[in-house]
Amino acid sequence: MTRYLGKQLVNIVVTLLAVAFLVFALNELTPGDVARKLLGPYATQDQVDRLYREMGLDRGLLVRFGEYLWNVVRGDLGQSVVFRQPVASLLWDRLGNTLLLAGVCFAVIVPFSVFFGVLAGMRERSAIDRAVSVFSSLCASIPEFAMGVFLLAIFVVWLGILPGTSPLSTGGDWPIWMQFVLPVMVVTLYDAGYLISMIRASMVEVMRQPYIRTAILKGMGFRHVVTRHALRNALITPFTVILLQINYLVSGLVVVEMLFAYPGFGRMMLEAALAKDIAVVEAGTLVAVSVTMLTQLFGDVGYMKLDPRIRV
Amino acid sequence: MSVEGQGLIAASPAPGSAMMRRLRAAAELLGRSPTGMFGGAIVLFWSVLALLAPWLAPYPPNKIDPALLADPYPSTAHWLGVDHLGRDILSRLIWGARTVLTVAPAAVIGAAAFGTILGLFAGYKGGLADRVIMRVGDTLLAFPKIILYLIIIARFGASAFNIIAVIAVTQAPIIARIVRAVTLDVKNRDYVAAARMRGESTWFILTTEILPNARGPLIVDFFLRLGYTVIAIGVLGFLGVGLPPPDPDWGSMIKETYGMIFIWPHMTLIPALAVSSLVVGFNFLATGLREAAEDG
Repeated sequence: MTRYLGKQLVNIVVTLLAVAFLVFALNELTPGDVARKLLGPYATQDQVDRLYREMGLDRGLLVRFGEYLWNVVRGDLGQSVVFRQPVASLLWDRLGNTLLLAGVCFAVIVPFSVFFGVLAGMRERSAIDRAVSVFSSLCASIPEFAMGVFLLAIFVVWLGILPGTSPLSTGGDWPIWMQFVLPVMVVTLYDAGYLISMIRASMVEVMRQPYIRTAILKGMGFRHVVTRHALRNALITPFTVILLQINYLVSGLVVVEMLFAYPGFGRMMLEAALAKDIAVVEAGTLVAVSVTMLTQLFGDVGYMKLDPRIRV
Repeated sequence: MSVEGQGLIAASPAPGSAMMRRLRAAAELLGRSPTGMFGGAIVLFWSVLALLAPWLAPYPPNKIDPALLADPYPSTAHWLGVDHLGRDILSRLIWGARTVLTVAPAAVIGAAAFGTILGLFAGYKGGLADRVIMRVGDTLLAFPKIILYLIIIARFGASAFNIIAVIAVTQAPIIARIVRAVTLDVKNRDYVAAARMRGESTWFILTTEILPNARGPLIVDFFLRLGYTVIAIGVLGFLGVGLPPPDPDWGSMIKETYGMIFIWPHMTLIPALAVSSLVVGFNFLATGLREAAEDG
């Protein structure tokens, strides 16, 4: 186990280095962009060149990449050109907001999906199963931006009972918790659609097992069979998938953040990428990739703990 | 069965008549699943509109007429109304179908071709080549998709070609994994050994002996991936890094009119319905094919 963990951690570090270098190199293909951007379109080429040298951009790629890594290790992520503040403070601020939204979504999505997935999977091809399956694949097929538009039209434009933006400011007419309702609803419907079908498939598989039939034939109540015998085994396979939703929730919220003007991580990445704010893009990518790889590792370890048959 | 599906089904060296037989068999399989039929009908509907766009669209899609904003709602002259610049929404929808049904299949076919070659090669050769290919693929997969798209497209600019390229490259590793697994499974079977003994080339063994085994999972994956790609293209359009204006793109249509949803909701709702229906079509089609395959 220790060996496995060590190997995986080395793997994560190597991938992060590769990712950092890729993003760094990608942004270097036409240097000078940043200097030009900072000085505006009317600066002379001479001024651009001078700033370019002052920023140290005339040295070799590897030298600067090494320097960047050294700074990152010391906790200095650089300065954001667009947001005009240190990347670290901006990043933690936005990441905090996104984690809050992601946390609320996760807390809603998981019980919601488990409930409907189990409900559908416990009696394969029943009316409930059909209804839940159609509903979930329909939800998973409606892109978030379209789902957002539909919900906004219903709850904001037509009924007028929810706010249409979620800037997290307390000054408006709507309390903070109400600003969360629509974003969470959009994410839940889209993501749960996928999760429900995974859990349903796993539940169907388990319900076909002989030990379940034995339990039913023994005269045990159906509810008892489902909750005591089937549920635990049915959740082993979807466990990793459930954890993988954390990735999606951290970096995939950009659409919802744009829909509802939520000051989150994804929106920061979009704005930074469009403005070629390299320091922000680089740091944000590293954070996002770390989250992905750590949840994957966590998922694998948890999977082994849940299913004693699996050993490394 | 949509036009796009034929490419993969026909990926075997079978001549015309065999290909027709396969197509008919696929259609019959699909006929047993109402879900699949429903999905196929939606996809067919949009494909026909896309194909016949120049003849079906009642107005030029980029014709601006601000005078129409006095009454932009659906009418007999403009069945689905006009958008915030007075452009006919129906015409833009039809031309937009053409865009998305060109870009999405091109991207997915690119990903399938690229991923299949890498997967076959990695699985069959093994060793260092396998490790390097899978390692690079894993690194690409570690990137959150949307962020990767944003970085690359913000860097190289938004054009149909760049969008196709970025989607093809980022999705290829997943397809490579599917194909590699199948390759590893069958490469030591007797008929592969027999082909090697006969002195067949590696290329022949890979494409004729091994690849057909991956056809089933690849076809289902193909349609699921098309649905997913339609979403991805829509997301890029919605985020403002999609296909450049003024040419109609469903995601951009939503982005442009989103701020006006309080005054003119139809301008945003109609393209949102269109893109959702197309994704529903592809996903249901994939479900239908999988169900049919499972039931034998």
